[in-house]
Amino acid sequence: MGRYFKSLRRFWGTALATQLEYQVNVLIELVAVGLSLLGSLFMLSLFFGPGRELGGWSWSEALIVQGFYTVLDGMASTWLRPNLSSIVTHVREGTLDFILLKPIDSQFWLSLRTFSPAGLPEIGLGLMLVAWGGHQAGAPLSPLGIVIVLVMLLVGGLILYSLWFLIAATSIWFVKTWNATEVLRAVLASGRYPVTAYPAPLRMLFTLVIPVAFLTTVPAEVVLGRANAPMLFLGIGLAAGFFAAARSFWWFALRYYTSASS
Amino acid sequence: MRRRHRDVSAVRDVSFTIAPGEMVGFLGANGAGKTTTLKMLCGLIYPSSGRVVIAGYQPQQRHPDFLRRITLVMGQKQQLLWDLPPMDSLRVNAAVYGISDRDANRRIAELSDLLELGEELTRPVRKLSLGQRMKAELLAALLHQPEVLFLDEPTLGLDVNAQAKVRQFLADYNRRTGATVLLTSHYMADITALCPRVLLIHQGHLFHDGPLDRLASRLAPERHVRLELDEPVVAEAFAGLGRLDSLHDREVNLRVKPQELTAVVAQLLDRFAVRDLEVNDPPIDQLIGDLFRQGRL
Repeated sequence: MGRYFKSLRRFWGTALATQLEYQVNVLIELVAVGLSLLGSLFMLSLFFGPGRELGGWSWSEALIVQGFYTVLDGMASTWLRPNLSSIVTHVREGTLDFILLKPIDSQFWLSLRTFSPAGLPEIGLGLMLVAWGGHQAGAPLSPLGIVIVLVMLLVGGLILYSLWFLIAATSIWFVKTWNATEVLRAVLASGRYPVTAYPAPLRMLFTLVIPVAFLTTVPAEVVLGRANAPMLFLGIGLAAGFFAAARSFWWFALRYYTSASS
Repeated sequence: MRRRHRDVSAVRDVSFTIAPGEMVGFLGANGAGKTTTLKMLCGLIYPSSGRVVIAGYQPQQRHPDFLRRITLVMGQKQQLLWDLPPMDSLRVNAAVYGISDRDANRRIAELSDLLELGEELTRPVRKLSLGQRMKAELLAALLHQPEVLFLDEPTLGLDVNAQAKVRQFLADYNRRTGATVLLTSHYMADITALCPRVLLIHQGHLFHDGPLDRLASRLAPERHVRLELDEPVVAEAFAGLGRLDSLHDREVNLRVKPQELTAVVAQLLDRFAVRDLEVNDPPIDQLIGDLFRQGRL
């Protein structure tokens, strides 16, 4: 275990050092993050003007959903996108060979090798949105509630990661045509709005098939004290299931890895 | 529309055993199956049939203990981080292999001494020359003191000087550590300098396993005899004296089987007024080059 922690420290140390080689890039990314958040708040204000409701959610309640969306999007920018989008490059260029020959879990390496600090402010902004929206909506806030919120955030993150990793792992086969990175962004985007704002068939889809509901709506319901226990357990179960699926799929996919030729 | 599939065996019926500490050269034309075999030996590719055992392990299981004992260096691919100095990549590798900082520093000092690397280790990889980069790649690949080295074209693209240095290093390393080395290269000089034993893969089959000079006699079983005569002679005069390659005025080229060579030369000197006589072996890299170009034996 110590070896993994030390490796992770070195991974992120070198990732930071690499970013600092291109400081202007970091600055540009930060500006882009700020602008995209402003844009999504504007979109949201069109749907939920103060005093209006959508799917039973008020403006301030919907802000909590938007806040969780922002947190997850920040996590995606910080960890998921930089790491998982490079899987396809590793497969295409054959540098996956080097990773597979290291005495360390290849999924661990591929999932956490780098991180992009430009996504961190987004996570902070998202949390602030959640706090502010919760305050506005008069959410009851207990220490236990905060713990459950964090657990559900973890559940959402794990589901998103597992889905993303599953798709990225298919690049073992579809290396030439497939750039998986942006697919889940689109799915995640549907999590900007409370899942009850969608028609019933989509609601089913977003709860059970692609569990977007657990990414943003359920954590928001926890903040508002509306969540029920079965839903929470379903979320935890789904996260564990998706993670296990991603892991075994990776082992399965590696059997078909032929390595780019010299 | 349907896609038609065809199964292609990259490697078939290739069997060999390598003793610990051996340095073995792996030859073959492009597409002969060298890299495929090398990757099967490392455990990167699952063999569809057959068995591979390296140091007691089945490579394709990629057991961590197995991975700690081997290393792969590829001339065309690099593991060093492009934007950072090699030292950063070395520290990452040290952590991944669970090497303590003290041991890592000692090994880096030792290896960089052997490789003649100094301040290059603290300059971004993108600013290094190809030769320096390859040496740093070798350092990164050897940090965990592997017992088995798989080297796929380690001198590719290097200038003659840098090639010689890498070669020298590999010979030294093998002598000092007793590591087993399996090396592929397009440069015959690498093979002749480093490998007493050579495997030649041809169209997925193992064509030769043994010393390099034996390969030469298999590829070119005849020796070349060049004659310069005092006077022109007709071609018929050489009947029974090997195979006539060419006859230009007074210059004659013959191919003679090694066991008949002395008898033929004696007869030539006896029958003709010989001004000059030369016996040659075709150079090995020319022979192998011919083989690769023709794509057949």
